[in-house]
Amino acid sequence: MTRQMTGAKMIVQALIDQGVDTIFGYPGGAVLPIYDEIFQQNQIKHVLARHEQAAVHAAEGYARSTGKPGVALVTSGPGATNAVTGLTDALLDSIPIIVLSGQVPTFMIGSDAFQEADTVGITRACTKHNRLVKETDKLSAALHEAFHIATSGRPGPVLVDIPKDVQFATGDYTQKTAVKSHYQPQLKGDMTAITELVEALETAKRPVFYTGGGVINSGPAASQLLRELVEATGFPITSTLMGLGCYPASGEKWLGMLGMHGLYEANMAMHGCDLMINIGARFDDRITGVVEKFSPNSKKAHIDIDPSSINKVIRVDIPIMGDVGHVLEDLLKVWKSRGRKTNSEAVAKWWKQIDEWRAVDCLKFTQKGKIIKPQYALQRLQALTKDHDRYITTEVGQHQMWAAQYLDFEDPNRWMTSGGLGTMGYGFPASIGVQMAHPESLVINVAGEASWLMNMQELGTAMQYKLPVKQFILNNERLGMVRQWQELLHGERYSSSWSESLPDFVKLAEAFGAKGIICSDPDDLDDAIMEMLNYDGPVLFDCLVEKHENCFPMIPSGKAHNEMIMGEVDTSTAIDAKGKVLV
Amino acid sequence: MSALKIKKGAQSHSAYNLRPNFSDVEERHTLALLVENEPGVLARVIGLYAGRGYNIDSLTVAEVDHTGHLSRITIVTRGTPQVIEQIKAQTGRIISVREVHDLTVEGPCVERELAMFKVTGTGDKRVEALRLADIFRANVVDSTLTSFVFEITGAPEKIDAFADLMRPLGLADVARTGVAALSRGE
Repeated sequence: MTRQMTGAKMIVQALIDQGVDTIFGYPGGAVLPIYDEIFQQNQIKHVLARHEQAAVHAAEGYARSTGKPGVALVTSGPGATNAVTGLTDALLDSIPIIVLSGQVPTFMIGSDAFQEADTVGITRACTKHNRLVKETDKLSAALHEAFHIATSGRPGPVLVDIPKDVQFATGDYTQKTAVKSHYQPQLKGDMTAITELVEALETAKRPVFYTGGGVINSGPAASQLLRELVEATGFPITSTLMGLGCYPASGEKWLGMLGMHGLYEANMAMHGCDLMINIGARFDDRITGVVEKFSPNSKKAHIDIDPSSINKVIRVDIPIMGDVGHVLEDLLKVWKSRGRKTNSEAVAKWWKQIDEWRAVDCLKFTQKGKIIKPQYALQRLQALTKDHDRYITTEVGQHQMWAAQYLDFEDPNRWMTSGGLGTMGYGFPASIGVQMAHPESLVINVAGEASWLMNMQELGTAMQYKLPVKQFILNNERLGMVRQWQELLHGERYSSSWSESLPDFVKLAEAFGAKGIICSDPDDLDDAIMEMLNYDGPVLFDCLVEKHENCFPMIPSGKAHNEMIMGEVDTSTAIDAKGKVLV
Repeated sequence: MSALKIKKGAQSHSAYNLRPNFSDVEERHTLALLVENEPGVLARVIGLYAGRGYNIDSLTVAEVDHTGHLSRITIVTRGTPQVIEQIKAQTGRIISVREVHDLTVEGPCVERELAMFKVTGTGDKRVEALRLADIFRANVVDSTLTSFVFEITGAPEKIDAFADLMRPLGLADVARTGVAALSRGE
């Protein structure tokens, strides 16, 4: 049975049929018919962002914290181009979002009309898929397929560009169930390869699980299976930035995050292992360090739903193409049926070695004097919020790495950060998206002052929708990570890395009607954090921290996992000429 | 069917194609893509090649199945085995790409290309050009008193050889279609 309706109504109907309850957007000329339909219903909440980039990041935060696709709605031209950063961010971090953009009417396309941009052309390289829909009859099927593509296989952003005349015209609405897509990614892994991995598990002397965002994208069941596998085998586990929470930080097999600013024990385990089991990670350059020296003596298995991730950077011995959850289920089944064997004697010895690395205590720092160390601020934030139903977002830079190091994540979908693209300005709007999805939970954006200012206009959104998001700004009046690299690489010439003319954050908060808190004394920190937590509404927390703190440990550019620099040692020779060209 | 693009409903696949090949020698591969015939699909493919720095030696595209809205893109590319595997996997990720076939590894295939050569000249050179065209089974599709346009079909190497011979005889212009290829047998 087909139903006739306008294109604009179809869009709202398709969103309802897809189970969407919240969308983030910004109106404009080319989407007015859609906004008119939104006005006349109350099943879908629309959150008015203050910038299209923020709308897309909010949709990402919503998606990452719920496991459901996020939706953003933007107008043509500048609305669509402003969405590009969010789309690219979602592409690199495999976040399922759908962006609907308005377009000038079909008969004006190509005429350089007002607010016309070649949106599909511009976003081709930064979406998993995109399309321009020129006929109202095809609109609803295109929308349903967009949801299917965004959420199937390796998730990602999908953009649907909808000319204004298509929104006004009437056409047939196609039901969600009537849409058949050719896109059907393989979920089950190859049993021969899985059995080969089981054999490797049984004999490994120095194994390590290297997990990533793919575990979280695969759903809560995948994290559960991973936990079962780790507990049953007793093997150590580390994770990328994107995978934090798939295994609990309180778990005894947990080594902490790995990579450029990862923990010493995690990186040393990766370097020294004889079996590396990559589960839903992608050998990103922040993880591998210099590829030639990456984990030289290990057999490597790689579970990934995206075949292009396999052998892209690191050549692996056991490739398994499939969904993490499905593969882990089969892996556990085969391993159990073969008698749950591991080389426990050798693994115990391996743990002894790991415990020695752990004893280095690479995250230690000393909080003394009257200046707050950023690490201390996060340690206190962790202590005072760990029992809350808590979601953390971050911006990008030193504070992001410290948050990954000093905050503990017990469950998946609790940690929203811009990993692949490294988008400053991501965290604040993402926290709004998370809070919309979890109105009763504590949502904290750990920020740097420079990143935070990139989307500060969203204070208006937080106020309008009464979202009690906590903006925890580690303010060092510097672009901390840039400054750190200038110190290490560019002779301490701090070119443009000083945040000049910063606002008074307390007054800024008050100008929007939010609460501002400033804290500069370590003795006041706990009380100030409690004040932030107890306030029912958005809080801008200006935490003045040590200005020249560097983020360690660190794998310098062009070095291997076992060549980490640990702290305030001589760093002037840490990076050689070859490493300098790397970012 | 390549392991990299799994048919709908397929229950298993071979991970064999994902095994690394450690050679660092560049190889020439002919890929056949079956793509949805929709606006922008060619831009998706060549945008991927440009964005990731892959080589395109030649590329041809035309609709092959009108009712199924399918086009076939034949790409000749080169790279180390690892790069070739990446090219296939990345191409397979494009939603509008239904199938990726590496004709170079999937078995014997025939490759053909059509080219047109304009050769200008008079006297002996003109006679010699016509004689060589006959040997290469090239057809004369246009003729004036001072020029010929030859049409030639064959493997790219044959066309290269013909071009080399025509150059000293007054080669004025060349148009080549790029390679179209099909696997041999059923």
